[in-house]
Amino acid sequence: MPVKTLTINGQLVSAREGETILEAARDAGIRIPTLCYLPGLSAHGGCRLCLVEISGSSRLQPACVTKVVEGMEVQTHTERLNAYRRMIVELLFAEGNHVCGVCVANGNCELQDLAAEVGMDHDRFEYLHPNRGLDASHDRFGIDHNRCVLCTRCVRVCDEVEGAHTWDVAGRGANSRVITDLNQPWGESATCTSCGKCFLACPTGAIFRQGSTVAETVRDRSKLEFLVRAREERQWHV
Amino acid sequence: MELAELLAIGERERSSRRPVQINCCIAAGCLSAGSEAVQRSLNDSVKAAGLQERAQVCGVGCLRLCSRGPLVRIEPEGDLYERVTPEQAPGIVAALTGGHADAQRGDPDSPFFRRQVSVVLENCGRIEPERIESYIAAGGYQALFRALHEMTPTQVIDAVSRSGLRGRGGAGYPTGVKWSMVAKAPGPRKFVVCNADEGDPGAFMNRSELESDPHRVLEGMAIAGYAVGAEQGYVYIRGEYPQAIHRLQVALRQANRLGLLGGHVFDSPFAFRIDLRIGAGAFVCGEETALMASIEGRRGTPRPRPPYPAEAGLWGCPTLINNVETFANIPGIIRRGPEWFAAFGTEKSKGTKVFSLTGKVRHAGLVEVPMGTTLRTIVEEIGGGSADGTPIKAVQTGGPSGGCIPAWLFDTPVDYESLTQLGSIMGSGGLIVMDEQTSMVDVARFYMEFCMDESCGKCVPCRAGTVQLHRLLTKIIQRRAQADDLRRLEELCDLVRHASLCGLGQTAPNPVLSTLRYFRHEYEALLARPEV
Repeated sequence: MPVKTLTINGQLVSAREGETILEAARDAGIRIPTLCYLPGLSAHGGCRLCLVEISGSSRLQPACVTKVVEGMEVQTHTERLNAYRRMIVELLFAEGNHVCGVCVANGNCELQDLAAEVGMDHDRFEYLHPNRGLDASHDRFGIDHNRCVLCTRCVRVCDEVEGAHTWDVAGRGANSRVITDLNQPWGESATCTSCGKCFLACPTGAIFRQGSTVAETVRDRSKLEFLVRAREERQWHV
Repeated sequence: MELAELLAIGERERSSRRPVQINCCIAAGCLSAGSEAVQRSLNDSVKAAGLQERAQVCGVGCLRLCSRGPLVRIEPEGDLYERVTPEQAPGIVAALTGGHADAQRGDPDSPFFRRQVSVVLENCGRIEPERIESYIAAGGYQALFRALHEMTPTQVIDAVSRSGLRGRGGAGYPTGVKWSMVAKAPGPRKFVVCNADEGDPGAFMNRSELESDPHRVLEGMAIAGYAVGAEQGYVYIRGEYPQAIHRLQVALRQANRLGLLGGHVFDSPFAFRIDLRIGAGAFVCGEETALMASIEGRRGTPRPRPPYPAEAGLWGCPTLINNVETFANIPGIIRRGPEWFAAFGTEKSKGTKVFSLTGKVRHAGLVEVPMGTTLRTIVEEIGGGSADGTPIKAVQTGGPSGGCIPAWLFDTPVDYESLTQLGSIMGSGGLIVMDEQTSMVDVARFYMEFCMDESCGKCVPCRAGTVQLHRLLTKIIQRRAQADDLRRLEELCDLVRHASLCGLGQTAPNPVLSTLRYFRHEYEALLARPEV
């Protein structure tokens, strides 16, 4: 198998051909912040948190979709990238209603972790306080759109792993939202198998288990990882 | 069909013509001003005057001076009538036999017409867009015949490369290079796509081109299909252009019937089918990856590039995407030769460019000039300066992805590099003239609102960033902002520009950045005084 070598932050790293910068970095123990990325799902390239600088290219490239090239020199944490990441997280917080103190996912939330990681001590942008509604019509799960960051992990996990394609995106720009079936209440969805993969994939408290209260969300991502490994590597035993 | 048959169709068309043509503009601008009734009334008047043998009324494409529509032009004399009403039609017909026309006369020798050069628009306003015979009589489809029977695909690509033609959608990528990339890309199936999703506010070049001379674009696409080895083409056109869609449908039917498209084009082994795909009103679908997603029937959102469409486009196959005007340039290049084309324009930007000149300008309409023409020539000579004498302040080029160029830089030649250097872009050709009464901060906010509404929502910097930029601009306009907000505005522009996924987001801050560059004082004058 052809192997590529590249440098990430000055560190020499090897990678398989066809791997992305993000995969190569994770193998080498270099963390690049991500939000819409979830191993096993197709890359989305929407959150822009994994943007990296590549020598010889004037454009920033998303590490989740950019394939490694022999001799590539990648920088993942320059001052400029750090500033961009903080701003992106600030934009996300200002865009929705992310009030950790009353959120089911408090303490188990990727957005919250990101805020800590990028050093966001306050938000410099005006909060939009949207009123995007909540759908609690499903027996086992609910979605609070105000906490949704539109990463579309639920859309992709439902389509690509469960194969139901209950979720999709409607509207555009700031009015985008994830919908079930043809924008029906989730509980009335004819395609939903109630498998809960969307709940497992959700990075925030947007998709929650019915009956859970503040900070009670526990996600067992190993279930998703098991499925993905079974599918991609034909490995059925843990 | 043989070449002789094609030439015979043209000959028949020419010989059946009456000595005098009364050309009535039926492009969207004049149609909306009531030219359909004018055309009817002209027809009735010709009959009433018993002049059917001498004169005929033709519905033609854009006569260019859109602000004075409905326009009527008499050929071969060249008399021009402006703002024609149906009641004035009998007078216009009477004037053919020495009578008096009470319709307002235009000056066909004014700089608006004289300073223009017609390459893409050579048939525009001269042929009847809904009749293929009219296009064939003007030499149409001869370039396609030549390409198929006298040239190899490589020779066609070579001709396009030597012409120096660059993409007319705005970015200016060398067309020949793009074609050869698609030609060389491996794959059993390839596609040719015409991007007719013209969405910039104030832009109507592509619409006019399609409404005035649809066959020219189809011919250019077929030549491209032959050159790159594609059998299927799509025209992706926005749903807001019903007239252009209708004329394309008519043109496709006619070309298919004559065997100029479809299986065995010109009785050669080359097959090329063109279908229309109609956009549903999303600006972002003009971005090539979103456009392809939309053609495939998926949600029209962009995806990261690479892979570029030339490598993996529609359904993963190599795909050539060019703008309407790029394709419209092709028949001329093949028919007259690349050297003829390269003689127009500048060193790096060859040929001509079509602009839609609008805003606070005396003569608004469709304008074609050689590349390298100065903005001053376009705005002051062709456009005739401002409409009411108020000094002109700036001109906006390139729509929401472009920028404002101040009047003191009007001696800049219009080419890809010069405009980019000024912080704007050539774009697809919208030119909006602004006078001293226009607030540049208002202009910046207008475009930001447009980008905010049209953002697809896929990537965070564009989806949430444009909303915050719009808020900051509103805050400035409402005089609630302070110096700190202006700094934040610039920081956020930097983020949205460099971190967004597609061209829409990456260029969304341009109207703000270019007005900040040239009119910073207007922003600063609106800042609230800091509280002491």
